Amino acid sequence: MTALSITILTGFLIAILAPFLTRLMKHRAAFVLALYPLAVVIQLLALQPDTLTAPSIQFPWVPSMGLWMTFTLDGLGFLIAMLIAGIGTLVILYGGEYLRDDPYLERFFLWVIIFMASMLGVVTSGNALVLFVFWELTSISSFFLIGYKFEYESARAAAWQALLVTGAGGLAMLAGFVLLGQITGSFEINQWMQNSNLVQESALAPAAFILILLGAMTKSAQFPFHFWLPNAMEAPTPVSAYLHSATMVKAGVYLLARLFPVLGGLALWNQVVPWVGLLTLVGGALLALGQTDLKKLLAYTTVSSLGGMVFLLGLGTPLAVKSAMLFLLTHALYKGTLFLVAGGVDHSAGSRDIRKLGKLAKLMPFTALAAGLAALSMAGIPPLIGFISKEYVYESTYYYSNLPFILTGLAVLANVANVAVAGWVGIRPFWQQPEQKDEDLHPHKESLWLWIPPLVLAITGLFMGVFSQGTAQTWVAAATSAVLQEMSKVKLSLWHGITPMLLLSVLTLMIGVVVYLASRTLIPRLAAFWNKLSSVGPNIFYSRSMRAFLSVAGWQTKILQSGYLRYYIITILVTTVTLAVVTLATRYDSLPNPQWTQPRFYDVIFIVIIIVSAILVTRAESRLATITLLGAIGFSIAILFLLYSAPDLAMVQFAVETLTVVLFVLVIYQLPKYTKSNYPIHANVLHIIVSAAGGIMMVVLMLLTSAVPSNSTLAPYFMESSLPLAKGHNVVNVILVDFRGLDTLGEITVLMIAAIGVFALLGLKKGSKRGGNG
Amino acid sequence: MQRSIILPVATRFLMPLMLVFSIFLLLRGHNEVGGGFVGGLVAASALMLYAISTSPSALWRLLPLDPRFIAAIGLLISLFSGFISMFYEKPFMTNMWIEAPLPVLGKIGTPTLFDLGVYILVVGVVVWILLEFAEDE
Repeated sequence: MTALSITILTGFLIAILAPFLTRLMKHRAAFVLALYPLAVVIQLLALQPDTLTAPSIQFPWVPSMGLWMTFTLDGLGFLIAMLIAGIGTLVILYGGEYLRDDPYLERFFLWVIIFMASMLGVVTSGNALVLFVFWELTSISSFFLIGYKFEYESARAAAWQALLVTGAGGLAMLAGFVLLGQITGSFEINQWMQNSNLVQESALAPAAFILILLGAMTKSAQFPFHFWLPNAMEAPTPVSAYLHSATMVKAGVYLLARLFPVLGGLALWNQVVPWVGLLTLVGGALLALGQTDLKKLLAYTTVSSLGGMVFLLGLGTPLAVKSAMLFLLTHALYKGTLFLVAGGVDHSAGSRDIRKLGKLAKLMPFTALAAGLAALSMAGIPPLIGFISKEYVYESTYYYSNLPFILTGLAVLANVANVAVAGWVGIRPFWQQPEQKDEDLHPHKESLWLWIPPLVLAITGLFMGVFSQGTAQTWVAAATSAVLQEMSKVKLSLWHGITPMLLLSVLTLMIGVVVYLASRTLIPRLAAFWNKLSSVGPNIFYSRSMRAFLSVAGWQTKILQSGYLRYYIITILVTTVTLAVVTLATRYDSLPNPQWTQPRFYDVIFIVIIIVSAILVTRAESRLATITLLGAIGFSIAILFLLYSAPDLAMVQFAVETLTVVLFVLVIYQLPKYTKSNYPIHANVLHIIVSAAGGIMMVVLMLLTSAVPSNSTLAPYFMESSLPLAKGHNVVNVILVDFRGLDTLGEITVLMIAAIGVFALLGLKKGSKRGGNG
Repeated sequence: MQRSIILPVATRFLMPLMLVFSIFLLLRGHNEVGGGFVGGLVAASALMLYAISTSPSALWRLLPLDPRFIAAIGLLISLFSGFISMFYEKPFMTNMWIEAPLPVLGKIGTPTLFDLGVYILVVGVVVWILLEFAEDE
């Protein structure tokens, strides 16, 4: 397990190195980079957990606060990690070919590997906060991958939308985690499971459940948050196949499954989760039937399938959980294949419109084969594994105690859509005549690395169906055991005899074929219908609230940001003085007597210099005079620091003052002519009052502070432990780089961001200079 | 504009001295007054002195890397120094020291590396920002 965790985390390092490798080897870097997920696959297979005891490992994170980075691998994590790493290997190989001549290929590799490592992190985290960190990393990498073609407005908008929706959900989820942490006193998911009775008795549990559900719903594109997923199809096809179908969108399903032992006992679970799933299952299927774009068709059926998984987990019976796990595996196999096929078709034919595509089988025989196998699996036809999966889904609804007929009917409806879409995407472009002739399309032959990955996936689906009692059965059983927290047996077989489920399958197929053939009349009508409805859809709600958000931001900026430095300073000083005066006034009786120490004669010299310069600055007639006087103040203050034994502070002050002069020298010729401001008399009076108030308040506060006897244990602690613990004599520096090193790390990061800000404000306006790309 | 000869000549002597002094500050920071931050500021002053006495574009040519990269490398070094302890299964940013002091450098440990990162970042950021303001005549 240790080795596996380290391999997974190495992914982040590999990701950083990937761009350099890509510059060196061009698209062939894919063959090297694919070794990373392959290594994960091999290590996973070596661990293969099929019992309830999951291997786990803990790295200390913040042990003083009881925080550990726990990594663990149980059946559930194993199943999804296999999909991530396995499909990841294929997607890297495919992506290298698909984006072969793309100038930004290196960014694809960078972000796809960061995503891969983060997603593996999500499914192996044993600590909820660690899970959250990886969860957000997947959202961020998804943002960059959707916005890959950043020159297009639509890609940028879709990337934003996905990030905002999933990011907001992630924050809700974090709040839910914090509540659960409050209830159980731990962030270890293990502890949550052991204390699930505590959770179920707690009054906070419903709130925690709803918040976590929001996280799962946004990530897994459940209604009403489903809209970001079809828009995310702006991403290059390998990304859509990987993130937005096979893996990332399953994170929400994973979360629900992972927390099923903790939250599944709540009454709310059964009241809410199935309905969310059902609405998404049916809604996604109906929306899919109005599409003509290959990727949109697949995207909406993905939404529908995710709904199906959430629905099954919501039902929560052992049978339903089994079906959900099996469906998760099956769906990743066939939907991943079909997305990769769609990419191959787009690449060679130049279109993704199903009305314009046809008769491609001759040019792309292997792609056609992969597409056919995946389509059969999606349509639920034996001997593909999709058939077994669909039978299981029907069985779960059919034997559910409430409303079995309605639930089963809706499941059949969704599967009918799956049959039709499977045909439209996997069969029609290859075997039928195109519906519309488009003279601009000149399909060419398929490339090797664009058909091998989908074919491998498709054959895996076939293999798992035919030999369903082997690997698939073991994996699904292990995953189900992890979700239900009890050993579960799963029997997968193609033939159960004549059961109601088989009859339902035949019925589904028959209606599905009718819908498939009726595409010419059905698609435009449904499209028109959805178009009419879209004015009340959540997508519109999203764009309206974005617009409202921006206008509120604009309004408050206009009010708060005058752009005049003096107003900012007045606001800051008045606020501070008011707060300080109010506080001091209410505690007047308990204030200490200010201590007054006699200044030494050489202190007085510098104090006088400071006071005189400060007065002169306000009368100065030129920039040079102003800067000189301000410099005099700065250096005098630095000397005072020195006199009061703060050499570190003094030194930094000297250096900063020097650099300020340098900055001034650099910009002096570019500044506008110096104009002395002539304020009306009342403005001047105001300025004097405010500055005097600010100055007096600082003096009073300083005197009061120095009068309070220091009870702090920090100063003696740092003085005493600087040498033994940190091996340094200079306490100031030891605090900066060691005791409070994390603060310093934060500060230098801020410094970096500030520099980027300056660059953005000045550099971009001037156009690129010698450095960088310029 | 007539260029003064005094500044370029003085810079030729001052700049190396200041750079050496900045490294001296960085190294002694752990025990005496100094440290990565102030060392970085002094080094940046030295470089900017060069930019003023010759021209900003001359400084661009002098730098081995774009200051943006220098700053980023510094940040990465500091961040990386925190991870070293994790390889020994200790929490992030636990200090680790090489037992025997090295000649000249003195005692070396992860805080030294962290401070070096701060130094490089400060040099990069300051030079970067100031050069953004600077414009060749």
